[in-house]
Amino acid sequence: MSHTNTASRKRGKLVNLRNFPGFNPAAWFVLFFLYSPLVYVVIYSFNSSRIGAVWESFSVKWYGKVFENTDIQRALKNSLQVGFVATVLSTLLAVMAALGLLRMQRAGKAVAMALIGAPLIIAEIVLAVGTLGLFIAVGVPLGKIGLMVAHTAFCIPFALLPIRARLSQLDMAPFEAASDLGANERQILRRITLPLLAPAIFAGALLAFAISIDDFITSFFVAGPGATTLPVYIFGMIRSTVTPEVNAISTLLLLFSGSVLIGSYLIQRKRR
Amino acid sequence: MTAVTTPPKKQAQRGRPGQSSPKLAYLPIIFLAFAIGIPLLIIVVYSFLEKPSQGTGVKWVFTLENYKALFIQEKLDGTTALDTRYIKVLWTSFYYSVVTTVVTLVLSVPVAMWIATRDAKKRNLLVALVTLPFWISILIRTYGMRQIVADEGPIGKFLGIFNIEWSILYAPPATILGLIYVFLPFMILPIYASAERFDFRLAEAAYDLGAKRMTVVRRIILPSIRPGVISGIALVFIPALGSFLQSDMLGGGKTNMVANVIANNFGQARNWPFGSALAVLLIVLTLLFVLIMQGAAQRRGEKVELV
Repeated sequence: MSHTNTASRKRGKLVNLRNFPGFNPAAWFVLFFLYSPLVYVVIYSFNSSRIGAVWESFSVKWYGKVFENTDIQRALKNSLQVGFVATVLSTLLAVMAALGLLRMQRAGKAVAMALIGAPLIIAEIVLAVGTLGLFIAVGVPLGKIGLMVAHTAFCIPFALLPIRARLSQLDMAPFEAASDLGANERQILRRITLPLLAPAIFAGALLAFAISIDDFITSFFVAGPGATTLPVYIFGMIRSTVTPEVNAISTLLLLFSGSVLIGSYLIQRKRR
Repeated sequence: MTAVTTPPKKQAQRGRPGQSSPKLAYLPIIFLAFAIGIPLLIIVVYSFLEKPSQGTGVKWVFTLENYKALFIQEKLDGTTALDTRYIKVLWTSFYYSVVTTVVTLVLSVPVAMWIATRDAKKRNLLVALVTLPFWISILIRTYGMRQIVADEGPIGKFLGIFNIEWSILYAPPATILGLIYVFLPFMILPIYASAERFDFRLAEAAYDLGAKRMTVVRRIILPSIRPGVISGIALVFIPALGSFLQSDMLGGGKTNMVANVIANNFGQARNWPFGSALAVLLIVLTLLFVLIMQGAAQRRGEKVELV
């Protein structure tokens, strides 16, 4: 998103559009709408009462419960393991796909794009039950390995998005120069293409990790009893007894997402 | 985000220096054919098979019964009657998704325009604020919405002061509200991306030439954010149609959408073939919608890239 010279030019003169009636309250309402449920979850994670909606007094005991809960720790471990493997594999495959697709023939490209696009368009529930069918037909045991395969598959399109966007913007001059100076394909890939793509690859990996860690539906069907991931565990908690412990773990996850995002922002800013 | 509307791009030239061999894409394609292609194929095949007399899975006997069962009920005495249960489920999913799309659109246009007309610094912060929910688990966001709309939640407590009864949880309004809440950023961001590229001097010129405010909106602003609107509609409607968590957690199972019924058939109901038939129907509806959106975009010479 580049806000270049139009921003400075348009300021000052556009009194009319800037203060368009109704836009301002609408915007603040939407921001309030987007954040109030999250703020509510965080506040009520500090509620000492067992009953979620009744405020008793300030307490951090639910956080203690979360840290003592070995099921949560196991689920978190599963989520991180699956997320890590799915991120590495999907990013690697996305880079290969992005580079290979550039020179692919029309028909092959259409098939590839249909496969890559499928997880974005087709409802996750359909792919989830289909994957369940596949694993049972082929005899893949329901568990972490299967989860890693399934997560890698639906993370590929997300990892691919920033890589493809960057690839289409790349200036061709360095490639031509390198080629004129006698670099072979492999050298160009290692010394030019990959370094230029690095920020996009990083962004793609981050996106893939977020998608994998958040995934509920596929994990719900494919995890089996042994490989429960954190979202699947939390879903079970919400279904059975809702105590502020759910709020506490949600708050911790909000903190985690927030810090990953801020961290990546700082890393990317440093690079520039 | 996932769908970007761009003007038609020229075909990538072949064999530019530094471009890797297309062979590089073979491994990802083979992997995706296995992990995405085959599961979809399995669903299509299963939808034409019989359910085993006991247990889960399928019996390898060809049948069209699953598709018939979507619309027709066979009674014990052998007569058949129109079965509206699943038509209602499909209608519910469609109707909720349309309401969600319309409401998010109405909310997003002013917000996107408002953000696009802020100063650069404030604008970046606002975009970050709208993007942040995308990184937060949908499960947690839906749970947050459930606490907000619960009978004894903040809204209920506030209305309780005035003795107004508030009870929408486990009913359709809660599901729809949850869908709107979860998918709103998917509408704001693409519209903002279009609005941000909009040259506001065009609006100024229109003012200077004497256009009224609403004329400027209708003739200048709306057409120029159209690509973003089309992307936004696709990005909200498609996932809403196949959504599972909102009707499960907020509708309380009383307002089933297609995904919930599919999940149930692969879970407790143990009818994989029938669940597959519903899934095929959902795929067909989704693809139909994609075609319509692409048609809408192409009429204007734009190309909606859903990938």
